[in-house]
Amino acid sequence: MQSNTQAAVPLTNGEDRLAPAAARKGAGGKISKEWLYRGISAASLLAVLLLWWCAGTFGWVNPLFLPKPQTVWNAFMDVLRDGYKGHTLLNHIGTSMRRLFLALAAAFATAVPLGILCGRYRVLRAIVDPFIEFYRPLPPLAYYTLLILWFGITDVSKVLLLFLGAFAPLFITAVFSVQRLSPDRINGARSLGAKGWKLYAFIIFPSVLPELLTGLRTAVGVSYATLVAAEMVAAVSGVGWMVLDASKFLRSDIMYLGIIIMALIAIAIDLVIRSLIRLVSPWTEQ
Amino acid sequence: MIYEEKREQGILLDGIGLAYGKGAAERHVLRDISLQLAPGEFVAVLGPSGCGKTSLLNILAGYLRPTRGTVSINGKRHTRPDPEVGVVFQQANLFPWLSLARNIEFGMRMQNLPKARRKERVSYFLELMGLEASAKLLPHQLSGGMKQRAAIARTLAAEPEIVLLDEPFSALDALTRENMQLHLREIWRKTGKCMFFITHDVDEALLLSSRLIVMHPEPGRVVEDFANPLTAGAEDQSFARIRSNAEYSTLREHLLTRMDGVNTFV
Repeated sequence: MQSNTQAAVPLTNGEDRLAPAAARKGAGGKISKEWLYRGISAASLLAVLLLWWCAGTFGWVNPLFLPKPQTVWNAFMDVLRDGYKGHTLLNHIGTSMRRLFLALAAAFATAVPLGILCGRYRVLRAIVDPFIEFYRPLPPLAYYTLLILWFGITDVSKVLLLFLGAFAPLFITAVFSVQRLSPDRINGARSLGAKGWKLYAFIIFPSVLPELLTGLRTAVGVSYATLVAAEMVAAVSGVGWMVLDASKFLRSDIMYLGIIIMALIAIAIDLVIRSLIRLVSPWTEQ
Repeated sequence: MIYEEKREQGILLDGIGLAYGKGAAERHVLRDISLQLAPGEFVAVLGPSGCGKTSLLNILAGYLRPTRGTVSINGKRHTRPDPEVGVVFQQANLFPWLSLARNIEFGMRMQNLPKARRKERVSYFLELMGLEASAKLLPHQLSGGMKQRAAIARTLAAEPEIVLLDEPFSALDALTRENMQLHLREIWRKTGKCMFFITHDVDEALLLSSRLIVMHPEPGRVVEDFANPLTAGAEDQSFARIRSNAEYSTLREHLLTRMDGVNTFV
């Protein structure tokens, strides 16, 4: 036992060491297994591509239903070079993405503050809840007709549609993640002098941010599905419209191309959000 | 006049009562607790679970409104959480998105201290806690003991009049705990803050405190309140020395009986 004051505060016993090497090694093992499964996924994808190629090359399927991979590739090169019906491919994609981004940004900027306040104040939630509960279960395309009636086949109607689709999941995530916050977190912050807007800006918002981004992932899913459908229903540009238009002319190569592009965009968006989640909340990563 | 001013120094709990329900169903969690806590005191509060010691802490912190009585600090009523009363929780409760240094800086940032002063105080507390090397790390990268040390530093850096600690070491392993106890006593001696330390560990209370309070449940009340004879006038002696004091085991037995005697009612 230490004898006296100063020396009596040893700070370097075992517990002080950081992130144990053993844990890292365990994670390493998991990672190599992860790569194995990724390899299997890649192989399975390649197998299906091969099957597709065979089906086209050996004439197993009518090319109208399933064009050859080469045909789809050529369609891609064509569309990339010449565009599709007056717009370049990037233009179509850009149009779709602009609609999506505007709607999501607007939804995040409004649903999150409102949801946080509703999570804190039961009265406010009681006021807002009926409306959210009313429109949330509606398929967005059901009220799209109304939006078109008011705003026409414009970007405004589409952005509003996506906004409404993204609003509900973001709002609900904000409400519940605020309600789940531990009282100790809030109390501790108040005892350190955080109050009023500072409590919201420096404690509550960063506390729920990881969950909000998870909510954003859901919101993106909903609004992306809605976007494509909306473009199919009423538009003159966008990737969704391109697929629908191609179907009218039985250009199955363009249809396949459009569908593949949509999938790749969705995957890319999801990757961005996931890395964003990892970036802002490294502590939730296992 | 001078006497009056002196009376108002420190923390005063006057007739604190806390009850739930009405009429016949009324249940008293705390009844008529009056205490005066002086600056520089290390008060250990012992008691079986359900004796209301955590409720008392919550009232002191301003998290809970008492149904009766008042809390005042240096003569001023204290009714809501503010930086005058610092709190250290059972779990370190650090903000996971802020680095250690930023966690420690938090209270000063909320109080709008100038940046240079904040920086200076952060490095002072990092050094005091032996956390210099970990300043830039996030809480999830730290061990339990380091997190709790950072939590104590964060509370102290906000310059409270009194620090409330709610079984802060109960989640730590034995070795780390002893280490933390030594460390806390050291900090208490250096800063001279009033510590209000809730624990159910009699040994911990005996080793650290300058004053011992025992509470009983139903209704929660103070049944013992005396100066710790083991540490009086020699707050820097080693724990081994305190433990080998002839009075240690007598006092320990006494406190255990006082805490345990309650169980016959339950």
